[in-house]
Amino acid sequence: MLTFLLKRFIQALMVVVAISVVGFLLQGALGDPIQQLLGASASDAERAALREAMGLNDPLWRQYLHFACSALQLDFGDSTFFHQPTLSILARYLPATAELIFASAVLTLLLSFPIGIYAAIRPTAALSRFFMGVSVLGISIPVFLTAIGLIQFFSIGVSVTLFPDATPWGHWLNDLLSTRGGMPAYGRGNPEHVIGVWYTNFASWKGLSYIALPALSLASVMLPLFVRLIRAEMVEILASDYVRFARAKGLTPARIYTVHALKNALLPVITLGGMQFGSLLAYTLLTETVFQWPGLGLMFLDAVERADMPLITTCLMVAGFFFVVINTLIDLTYRLLNPRIALQMEPR
Amino acid sequence: MALLEVDNLDVRFPLRHGEIQAVRDLSFTLERGERLGIVGESGAGKSVLGFSLVNLLAAPGRIIGGSIRFEGRELIGLPEHRWRHLRGRRIAMIFQDPRATLNPVLTIGAQMIETVRAHRRLGGRSARAMVLRTLEQVRIDDPESRLAQYPHELSGGLCQRVVIAIALLLDPDIIVADEPTTSLDVTIQADIVNLLLTLCQQRSISLILISHDLGVVNQLTHRLMIMYAGAIVEQGPTRQLLNDPQHPYTQALINALPEMTPPRQPLQQLPGAMPSLSAVPTGCAFHPRCPYRLDALGQPRQVCIDTPPDFTDVADTQVACHVVRELIATTQDSMPFDEETT
Repeated sequence: MLTFLLKRFIQALMVVVAISVVGFLLQGALGDPIQQLLGASASDAERAALREAMGLNDPLWRQYLHFACSALQLDFGDSTFFHQPTLSILARYLPATAELIFASAVLTLLLSFPIGIYAAIRPTAALSRFFMGVSVLGISIPVFLTAIGLIQFFSIGVSVTLFPDATPWGHWLNDLLSTRGGMPAYGRGNPEHVIGVWYTNFASWKGLSYIALPALSLASVMLPLFVRLIRAEMVEILASDYVRFARAKGLTPARIYTVHALKNALLPVITLGGMQFGSLLAYTLLTETVFQWPGLGLMFLDAVERADMPLITTCLMVAGFFFVVINTLIDLTYRLLNPRIALQMEPR
Repeated sequence: MALLEVDNLDVRFPLRHGEIQAVRDLSFTLERGERLGIVGESGAGKSVLGFSLVNLLAAPGRIIGGSIRFEGRELIGLPEHRWRHLRGRRIAMIFQDPRATLNPVLTIGAQMIETVRAHRRLGGRSARAMVLRTLEQVRIDDPESRLAQYPHELSGGLCQRVVIAIALLLDPDIIVADEPTTSLDVTIQADIVNLLLTLCQQRSISLILISHDLGVVNQLTHRLMIMYAGAIVEQGPTRQLLNDPQHPYTQALINALPEMTPPRQPLQQLPGAMPSLSAVPTGCAFHPRCPYRLDALGQPRQVCIDTPPDFTDVADTQVACHVVRELIATTQDSMPFDEETT
């Protein structure tokens, strides 16, 4: 176990170093920071002085070492726009994104398992077919479109006049298909203060109503993917010999589904979850933009527009760091669940 | 009253294109302590028969007719929770591939203890003691440490012992063993056969052994049923049936054994393949492949094509063949199959 952790740690370290190199190289690629800092009216002498003071005339490897050393001390420089340490800016925006990801992850997990398992146990039921059909839609429609659709339906509202409104049944159908809207379409509202820079949307109904649509549209990719994966895995496992044997032993269906089948189905789900974490980060950019959700994604896009290089680099490093940490955790979980992996890694 | 009585059992798999008749109008009885072999080619419906005895048919298989009585009690139509009490406790199963039978992500201990607990209200300690006792009975060394192991850490033979131990846990009346030795290598096979034999004898457990290994069947069973295309073609005492087969199919099956052919001779084989169970031939299902389908004049025997044969008693065996009397009447050496036995 310890060797495994150590190995993973070294691997993670290498990934972080690689990200830092990319981040460092990016810094020089997007415009001149001197120009950003001093503005157009500065004299050449002033520029040269600042260039020398910032160490920009040093060889590249020296600059990188300098960058890496400060990064190790959690000093990623100051944002050229906010004139504050980038990490403290990130810390300010992080809770919003974390809550958004958390909400959509909870939504995904709470819904995908029951739906996936149900669709596997009752493959021919009308409800299963419905879920499978909707899941294809969910996977195919891009997040920003889902988000706009959700806003149209639940924030603005849709009034359907497809059926003759004069007849009672037409009126009823129109009413049924129309939505009233009213859900908040942008921003976080006024989240409650928890601690430090952390404000939460989970403490009140109003807060929840603000996070509902963004979380739903973020989950609209992951959820159908998980439903389909869980269903496919469960179908295969339920037809396996060991499930049949579990039945032949006289176990209850509940035990067979939850212990025998689900534990096996979890393995690929966990793997996919880890891989999808990266795309989840990417999707937060889209979701946060559509809903003007004041999180890292929105801030990142703003930083790109302002060519705020230190901030961009920090965002990349932090995102990469989280990605590595999450994937390590997932590897650990996988190992705990799958006894066959342990044997391969520690030959006896 | 026999322990298990199966009458006119019909099992079908309705598919989009027609229907598969996996078991057709099949009847047999099993006495307490009796060991019954079921032999036939792949696709004869042996396994389906085995699974239908515990109502574990794979979808869309269904028992559409007949009766299964266990200790005189009708099982067909029993609600699922009653079946559950029967499975594992009164009728246990052993599958073909022990590695696939055991759940890869659960320890041996967990898979055994859950079986005990599905049927008995026992505390962890006494369930564990029961499991350990059973593991010793199937001659597994160091059972204590096996409990914490996973199936992939055990050899195939050891896994099959564990599966047998699970089958034995609740002292069942019947064990249905579906090819229990097929996936094991030969030396282990002998061990497992001996183990099954001893355990069934000691506890007077009835065994239904599904196999296509005539040697294993010969060692393990009292009585033998030969299945072809979902029905029994011949049944009787194992030794007698193997030494003096009456049905043309049984004869062909035994003659196809490599041991039955002298060295340097091509192996004898039965021409043709078993019919698909979705298109079972009329009359005697075996007639298209039967070496006696033509009479002495070279004309097709119409009765074989038209009428399903009833059982004819020949000594202690029952043979489903229209022409069996005729075959016995003709002298032995005129028969196309060599009747010699080893």
